[in-house]
Amino acid sequence: MASRPRTLYEKIWDDHVVERRPDGTCLIYIDRHLVHEVTSPQAFEGLRLAGRPVHRPDLTLAVPDHNLPTTPRVGPDGQRLPIADRESALQLATLEANVAEFGVPYVDAIAAAQGIVHVVGPEQGFTLPGTTLVCGDSHTAAHGALGALAFGIGTSEVEHVLATQTLQLKPAKTMEVRVDGILGFGISAKDVVLAIIGRIGAAGGTGYVIEFTGSVIRDLSIEGRLTVSNMAIEGGARSGLIAPDDKTYAYLAGRPMAPQGADWDAALAYWQTLPTDAGATYDSTIILDAADIVPNVTWGTSPEDVVAITGVVPDPMSFADPGKQQAAVKSLAYMGLTAGMRMADVPVQNIFIGSCTNSRIEDLRAAAAVLKGRHKADSVKWAIVVPGSGLVKRQAEAEGLDRVFIDAGLEWREPGCSACLGMNPDKVPPGERCASTSNRNFVGRQGPGARTHLLSPAMAAAAAITGRLTDVRDLMEKA
Amino acid sequence: MDRLTTIDGRAYPFGRKNVDTDVIIPAKWLKTVTRSGLGQGAFENVRVEDGNVFDDPEYAGAPTIIAGDNFGCGSSREHAAWALDDMGVKAVIAPSFSDIFSGNAYKNGILTVVLPQAAIDRLMEVALTDPIHIDLQEQSVTTQFQDRFTFEIDPFRKECLLNGTDEIGLTLASAAKITNYEDVVANVRPWLRRKG
Ligand code: SF4
Repeated sequence: MASRPRTLYEKIWDDHVVERRPDGTCLIYIDRHLVHEVTSPQAFEGLRLAGRPVHRPDLTLAVPDHNLPTTPRVGPDGQRLPIADRESALQLATLEANVAEFGVPYVDAIAAAQGIVHVVGPEQGFTLPGTTLVCGDSHTAAHGALGALAFGIGTSEVEHVLATQTLQLKPAKTMEVRVDGILGFGISAKDVVLAIIGRIGAAGGTGYVIEFTGSVIRDLSIEGRLTVSNMAIEGGARSGLIAPDDKTYAYLAGRPMAPQGADWDAALAYWQTLPTDAGATYDSTIILDAADIVPNVTWGTSPEDVVAITGVVPDPMSFADPGKQQAAVKSLAYMGLTAGMRMADVPVQNIFIGSCTNSRIEDLRAAAAVLKGRHKADSVKWAIVVPGSGLVKRQAEAEGLDRVFIDAGLEWREPGCSACLGMNPDKVPPGERCASTSNRNFVGRQGPGARTHLLSPAMAAAAAITGRLTDVRDLMEKA
Repeated sequence: MDRLTTIDGRAYPFGRKNVDTDVIIPAKWLKTVTRSGLGQGAFENVRVEDGNVFDDPEYAGAPTIIAGDNFGCGSSREHAAWALDDMGVKAVIAPSFSDIFSGNAYKNGILTVVLPQAAIDRLMEVALTDPIHIDLQEQSVTTQFQDRFTFEIDPFRKECLLNGTDEIGLTLASAAKITNYEDVVANVRPWLRRKG
């Protein structure tokens, strides 16, 4: 074999080519496929109409998440409670019927392991370094934090993977996003990824797979890396990647679906060959310095609309591109903000701590550390904490975090996507603001007319206490 | 997928520009669990207009839509192609299409025909009273009045549509290669098998 230096992406790609066509299209093998209730019904229907089975049910895992209410799912008598929204109930029942018919492994809505697909995959050890992983959901990019080539797909592709365990793909370009230095006090993974998106723009990564490198990424925990890779798609890249290392292996060891015994040893030997070779080149490289990263928030309706909490709402005319100027004018009108207003003066009425970006145990610990011994402001009407999975919920309860949230006046909920996109009943009322740890601040994303400010879990907790966007470092110094 | 060789019949003389996927199928239909049945919601917001072509008995069941520039722009929802398929549409003729829509249409066996505006204008006129004939092999659109317009199509897509090969069917033609790959991987990366 030729020993041309290769990137992590190239190594994973090369090991998954089943067939190469003259036009460059490759048939790529898919090692892991996560399925949820929203984008799968028509795919299963397609299989049924064509009389096709699921080729590798064993490599597939179905988990309901988007439509599940975050209120209790089991009554005092131990019976499952019905779901009020009829269309949501039907989508969930359809998933249950489909997995039974096609023999697909399924995590039930009331199982302890249930949660958001992108939290469940890593937590169960379903996600592994060097694998190809897909899901009918754009935030599948998250799994790249463990060194998996992971990306979101459409419903026809879901059906294609179910039927063939492959996809027809063309190789992507590679972009290195390197974050050097050491993060300052009170700065989290969310601030890092918001800084990256603010820098490259919401379409900056289009056509690329981003590999996140540098000392800041290395120093992050696996939870923090998942937060960063999750939002690669908000920078336009279908996938994010982070090279696996000892932290990755320590995180995976002993997970229920991770390899064990001799398999583990063989896997580890392979994983250690994956990191990008010295001398390999990327099509593009962007470098950020940790010293420039501060607690960030968004001011507009695109995740690229990032500003430091110490900053002000930008003047639309300060953007060079006329298209961006117009978009900014519209965003500010929707968000009810005026140029020059201090971000730290923006009041919020709603707090959402959750979503596949920030609902893991470390996120909840960070929020609880700020909230401990304090109480939310009276002006904050609705504040919910939604753990990413049943296992995260249990762990948090074992650590007493649920008490911290409840004592601070926040609601402690059942796991799911929740107010990240408002397909279930958790929505932000029209015209109101939400300090949200989720990943999209699009118009209407958290409910019609809802105004979303993206930020980290610690910053969301700080906003809950003061009732306005707040630099969490001020509260931490006092504590 | 059915083979697509010729398409014969009346055509909806729709003619509108920038028809986005929200017009083709409104967002409220996305909570559905089937691909079939979306024809009911197709062009729902156009159908509230008096005298719209989709409810005109003259064109009932027409296999072709004639439209203006940039058909299928906006959200990537595949539901738009499913809705057209469900209402029996096999081809859309327009001066241009959004990339995502034409990909989705092709994946669902719907032909997108690109013709210049002058040809569209003429076909809109014919469509009011007479059928339109599309021949994929010949790459032509003709009428009984000696009109003949030829169009371009990606050779690979053309083959797939002519043979009724959907992408899955095409991939399954490589089924032996897939199982061979699986056999090799079972040996070199045995940990990828799932036991739990
Ligand atoms: S939490 Fe939000 S972004 Fe993540 S999978 Fe659910 S809806 Fe998508």
